[in-house]
Amino acid sequence: MRRAVVTGIGVLCAIGRNLAEFRDSLRLGRDGASPLHNPEPGGAAWNMRFTTAAQVRDYNAIDHFDPKAADMLDRFAQFAVIAGREAIRNSGIEWTPELRESTAIVTGSCIGGQSTEDKGFVEVYRRGRPRPHPMTIPKTMANAGASALAMEFGITGPSFTVATACASSNHAIGLAANMVRTGMCDVALAGGSEATFSEGVLLAWEAMRVVSPTICRPFSKERNGMMLGEGAAMLVIESLEHARARGAQPLAEIAGVGMSSDAHHVTQPSAEGAARAISRALADARLAPEAIGYVNAHGTGTTVNDATETWAIHLAFGGHAERLAVSSTKSMHGHTLGAAGAIESAAAILALREQFIPPTIHYGEADPECDLDYVPNESRAWNGEYAISNSFAFGGLNAVLALRRLA
Amino acid sequence: MASQPTHAGQDSVTDRVLKIIADNQKKDVSVVTVESSFEELNIDSMDAVNIVFALENEFNVNVPDEEMKNIRSVRDIVEGMHKLVAESPDGPKAA
Repeated sequence: MRRAVVTGIGVLCAIGRNLAEFRDSLRLGRDGASPLHNPEPGGAAWNMRFTTAAQVRDYNAIDHFDPKAADMLDRFAQFAVIAGREAIRNSGIEWTPELRESTAIVTGSCIGGQSTEDKGFVEVYRRGRPRPHPMTIPKTMANAGASALAMEFGITGPSFTVATACASSNHAIGLAANMVRTGMCDVALAGGSEATFSEGVLLAWEAMRVVSPTICRPFSKERNGMMLGEGAAMLVIESLEHARARGAQPLAEIAGVGMSSDAHHVTQPSAEGAARAISRALADARLAPEAIGYVNAHGTGTTVNDATETWAIHLAFGGHAERLAVSSTKSMHGHTLGAAGAIESAAAILALREQFIPPTIHYGEADPECDLDYVPNESRAWNGEYAISNSFAFGGLNAVLALRRLA
Repeated sequence: MASQPTHAGQDSVTDRVLKIIADNQKKDVSVVTVESSFEELNIDSMDAVNIVFALENEFNVNVPDEEMKNIRSVRDIVEGMHKLVAESPDGPKAA
């Protein structure tokens, strides 16, 4: 089987408008939280229990797209294109007709363009308009980001979108890596994007009571929920031979992909299911648990996730668990849902390349149920070759990537 | 308020239609005329649907599907809107 390597990364989220800013923020432990910018002035979402979020600030679509193109794309699809542009620019790929045909696009998104849909439904249900805008359907479709990327770069290979809630982009990257490994394509642009801040979607999250009304503190005893975020990350993945042949410098290898289903409960995660995905990623990479130095955790900050994930890490790593550095970068960039796996894979690759572990910020009191090293509050230097990045979705669908540093 | 469609009223419908087309195509209204072709304004089939949606809201009218199929030019849109506005219960008021 061929080896799949990452040669370009693009990121856009609350703590970085590009990869360099994102790296600096991870190193400094920057908090992406700020007062929630509510999309519907005077709407019901003004009275929500949570008032902060990790939103992309000072974003103007027309800084990135011509005004007509901006109208045609939901914010989530715009984010996908912006991150894709950076990833492709950084990869140094030069397109030929043949390469365009042998390049795939696999994106992940949890809710797609539901913000557009929500705005359309406000017009219909609240304002009595006869119908929502005609672009509602094509802007809402979850593959809008993948399609926009294909059109932007003329990529004509296999392209599709994966929707597995909060694991979407880990599934997307894992599938894309396996498509490269098995020769289905030479290059893949893979990742995820999300833009979740519309009135109805926010109220639906509030109704679940999983968003912190105060501060997101993953793995801390006083944790009380997640912080919603938005953004995108895209990776250029290609076979090692292809990267070498064009003289590209690989940033990391996607050495293993592990997936599993809990078959347990729609919202309660199962440690066994998560552990199985971790163990499969390690087996796929032919790694012993002891090879791993860093775990970029799913780490949402909810009571149940963090304790269950801790137990899963114990199950998968045995005695090595206590020697792992485990951090939740969601404490900084928020839970970006379908973009989470991609943004966190980017964080894990940066950790490998630059040999620092990003912290879990706002870490407070230790919880006996979360008894690992969570790299509290400050990044630290390390010396390691392998990391994993965990994503566990509502509905019990898990995807884990094993990443290798390539010097 | 005019009790019947006047020349000025008809111009107003035309101007509003041209402005909506210009807004949708992100073009200055000065380049959009009744004689403009769809090609000149880069209006594709999806744009036409978006423009008609905006016109329906602007004039509070309903453009039937079969009329949609006959729209090939700015002139078709302008003439069609004049006809619909005249037939509309809001008719002269909308204009």
